[in-house]
Amino acid sequence: MDANFYGSGLAKLEISAELPGNLLVIEGADGVGRSTHIELLQGWLEGQGFAVSSTGLVRSALTRRGIESAKEGHSFDRTTMALFYATDLADRIEHEIVPALRSGFVVLADRYVYTTIARGATRGLDREWLAGLYGFALIPRRVFFLRLDPDELIRRTLRRGGELDYWEAGRDIGLAPDLYSSFRKYQTLMLGEFDRMAAQYEFTTIDASRSVEDVQAELRREVANLLDPSLLAPPVDVSDD
Amino acid sequence: MGIHDSHNFPGRLIVVEGIDGSGKSTQLSLLQTFLVSEGYDVPFTEWNSSPIVKDTTKRGKKKNLFSPTTFSLIHATDFADRHERSILPPLQAGLIVLADRYAYTAFARDVARGCDRTWVRNLYHFATCPDLALYFKVDIDTAVARITGGRIQIKFHEAGMDLGLSPDPITSFRMFQGTVLGEYDRVAEEFGLTVLDGSRSVVEQQREMRRLVKPILKGLRRARAPRPAAAPSVAAAAGSATR
Repeated sequence: MDANFYGSGLAKLEISAELPGNLLVIEGADGVGRSTHIELLQGWLEGQGFAVSSTGLVRSALTRRGIESAKEGHSFDRTTMALFYATDLADRIEHEIVPALRSGFVVLADRYVYTTIARGATRGLDREWLAGLYGFALIPRRVFFLRLDPDELIRRTLRRGGELDYWEAGRDIGLAPDLYSSFRKYQTLMLGEFDRMAAQYEFTTIDASRSVEDVQAELRREVANLLDPSLLAPPVDVSDD
Repeated sequence: MGIHDSHNFPGRLIVVEGIDGSGKSTQLSLLQTFLVSEGYDVPFTEWNSSPIVKDTTKRGKKKNLFSPTTFSLIHATDFADRHERSILPPLQAGLIVLADRYAYTAFARDVARGCDRTWVRNLYHFATCPDLALYFKVDIDTAVARITGGRIQIKFHEAGMDLGLSPDPITSFRMFQGTVLGEYDRVAEEFGLTVLDGSRSVVEQQREMRRLVKPILKGLRRARAPRPAAAPSVAAAAGSATR
């Protein structure tokens, strides 16, 4: 893929214009099935002979502990949050993503700049400031947005016995007095931000309300078209994996 | 609001800038003593001290995990947290906030490390514009003489040792801080910093600093009646100001 950045790129990091690997991003709310689909894609691609690595928010060696402990406290200001997550991503781009792409890996990123831009914008931060902040971020080959209506998202989470997460409910910004209403309002705002970004950042929007098999089949079709159309030859059957 | 526009808070924000060895911290500490004796409430905040970020910075420095980009971002994170907790509330409450280093440090230092000028300025766009920003300008020789004089330890990142300019800390410091000084000149002009000659005596500088501070205190309410004028205890304050 071409080594292009959203802005001025990374200081003191020489990257040739062409990286042999491919950065693919899966975006979407918690509970839409991002990690399931990344796992399935990874298994499929490795079965086809591709080297695959995955990365996700807050997995950087530098910032993981710091961000986790900040989330446990009671004051994690929105600007501080945006900058801390940006630090995490910059560290992962420099230490994980770029080295993997240089070695020809397919890098599957479980969320990328868009989630943190949406979180900041939902909390009232200036969208242009947020976009400028991520000027160091490598432009992915493709962004898949798993889109799901907030009501369906809530049902899916609760039906598995899960709980609505404090931060995913935007409880820090006082949207509603109860968890359910806050989660629903927050996820509706987040979805609005994602829909706004879909055109700007050329997301491939995927309807995540369908079965895992259907969603995975669509993802594979899209990925095969990008990487190697011959991967499509046999009909995709997830249950055989 | 923001780094380019004056604020409407009842308090005042005074910041000092300059390279290590410029004497800025000594001067700020003396100013704090003076303003307290004048009856004002004067909290103080310094670069790189947020409780949320401290451990990350410490670990990153110890294990040498930082690149110019993440070094810049972690300091912006630190600043954002302190801005929210330690700078905005006292400004809103009508106090005088003193900051040892501010966004301008990043504009000079991160750019000297290779970060893009526009990108770094955007990072700090949310920062409150100070009522007075003083830049203590010294040449490299003066700074090095003060540092090697033993009062201040030369720090790995302050010397730009992470950039691999030279294996010798003093040589590396001269090279890196030379670039930083060039960026400071640019920043001083762009943001209208008040430039002070940091090579003069401590007392001369402090008198000038107090003269510059006086006009911005107009209309600000004191918390207490001023104490009878005591001669500024330069030696005592300077001894505790090394950071």
